[in-house]
Amino acid sequence: MIAKRIIPCLDVKEGKVVKGTNFVGLRELGDPVEMAASYSKAGADEIVFLDISATNEGRQTMVDIVKDTAEKVFVPFTVGGGVRTIEDVNRLLQAGADKVGMNSAAVSNPELITESADRFGAQCIVVAIDAKRVGDKWHVMTHGGTKDTGIDALEWAKEVERRGAGEILLTSVDTDGVKEGFDIPLTKAVVDAVRIPVIASGGVGKPEHFPEVFQKTDVSAGLAASIFHENTFTVQEVKQVCAEKGVMIRDA
Amino acid sequence: MIAIVDYGMGNIASVRTAFERLGYQVKVTDQPELLRQASHIILPGVGSFQAAVAEIKERQLTKVLQELAEEKPFLGICLGMQLLFETGYENGITTGLGLIPGEVKLIETPYILPHIGWNQLDIQTNQPELEAFQDQHVYFVHSFQAVTVPDYLAATAVYGAEVPAIVRKGNVFGMQFHPEKSGPVGVQLLKTFLEITEGE
Repeated sequence: MIAKRIIPCLDVKEGKVVKGTNFVGLRELGDPVEMAASYSKAGADEIVFLDISATNEGRQTMVDIVKDTAEKVFVPFTVGGGVRTIEDVNRLLQAGADKVGMNSAAVSNPELITESADRFGAQCIVVAIDAKRVGDKWHVMTHGGTKDTGIDALEWAKEVERRGAGEILLTSVDTDGVKEGFDIPLTKAVVDAVRIPVIASGGVGKPEHFPEVFQKTDVSAGLAASIFHENTFTVQEVKQVCAEKGVMIRDA
Repeated sequence: MIAIVDYGMGNIASVRTAFERLGYQVKVTDQPELLRQASHIILPGVGSFQAAVAEIKERQLTKVLQELAEEKPFLGICLGMQLLFETGYENGITTGLGLIPGEVKLIETPYILPHIGWNQLDIQTNQPELEAFQDQHVYFVHSFQAVTVPDYLAATAVYGAEVPAIVRKGNVFGMQFHPEKSGPVGVQLLKTFLEITEGE
């Protein structure tokens, strides 16, 4: 049986892993390649790097990190953040990324999804959707969850699938950082709206939140950042809790 | 020396490092002379069947690869495994390398495609060297699968359908998943491939 995936996310700024994506009080945590390797040893099924660099030098450093990671880490990894053009996608794939994530640029230029999927294959194109509850719907948010596009998140999810995205990385702006669990209603709604794998993100505060989202929705994977960074919990602990609750995971 | 066939389909940094870590010298090349010097041939690949065949043809490697497969251990990975078969049905009908009888068709499953993620190996009964990998998880990313006779199936995975995971005909092997992305289990599988084919 196919296993539910546990995915740690590393926020990288100017070549260093930092804590949190809000730009106030950023704290450097370490070397991205070393941290990815250590997560992989602890049983991470995949790694996501989110590049929040503000400079061109920072973006170039990310390419070097990708090259290094491809040589040292033997699980798949995705790179997102600041991907604007098909050349950005190409550069990261050439450097050795297994998948590339796109977010705001996909909203402002949906053709980017289509062209990337046609050229590189759906399996390596991940579209990140940040969604926020507005009335009885969810809206797509961009610019780090701060700008409401007014676009219906479920309609957008269907469109990115139609345009050839291989996976959706779904972050709930409402639960992100709250640490009280994934956004179950949003996750369920998106998973039921599409026929491609969805990765849930936003809200993990403890290992039990993973089996909860796997049991209440058909989501394929769960992603978290802070609980792993701060070593509050390890990937192994999360997997153990999942196994105890009867969720199929990969032993590693 | 292990040769990884470089034909412009997907990145190979991880495949290369995986073999280097096992202590082998590795060359990434599309030069027939170098390929002929190798002890093992690895055919990686990510992308579509039709595009891959076009790239191989452009480099005039079709016949070279078919000859090498008769002489030395040969491993196709992911799309590289699919290319071992006779015909592919992705983006039209395309002739493959024809090293193993069979076709490559869209997976017929009620589940979502692509088949992405860690799935378990079901080792077939006639494969004692692979027994230790029963129920181990390996990383798959694909929408198309081989359709062949049981004689050539060494391992399968279940995804709403029986999906060939490891195929084998003589010294020609194929892995539908990515051993280079499957953690320690994947590296161990590459090692096992090298051991099984040792001295052949």
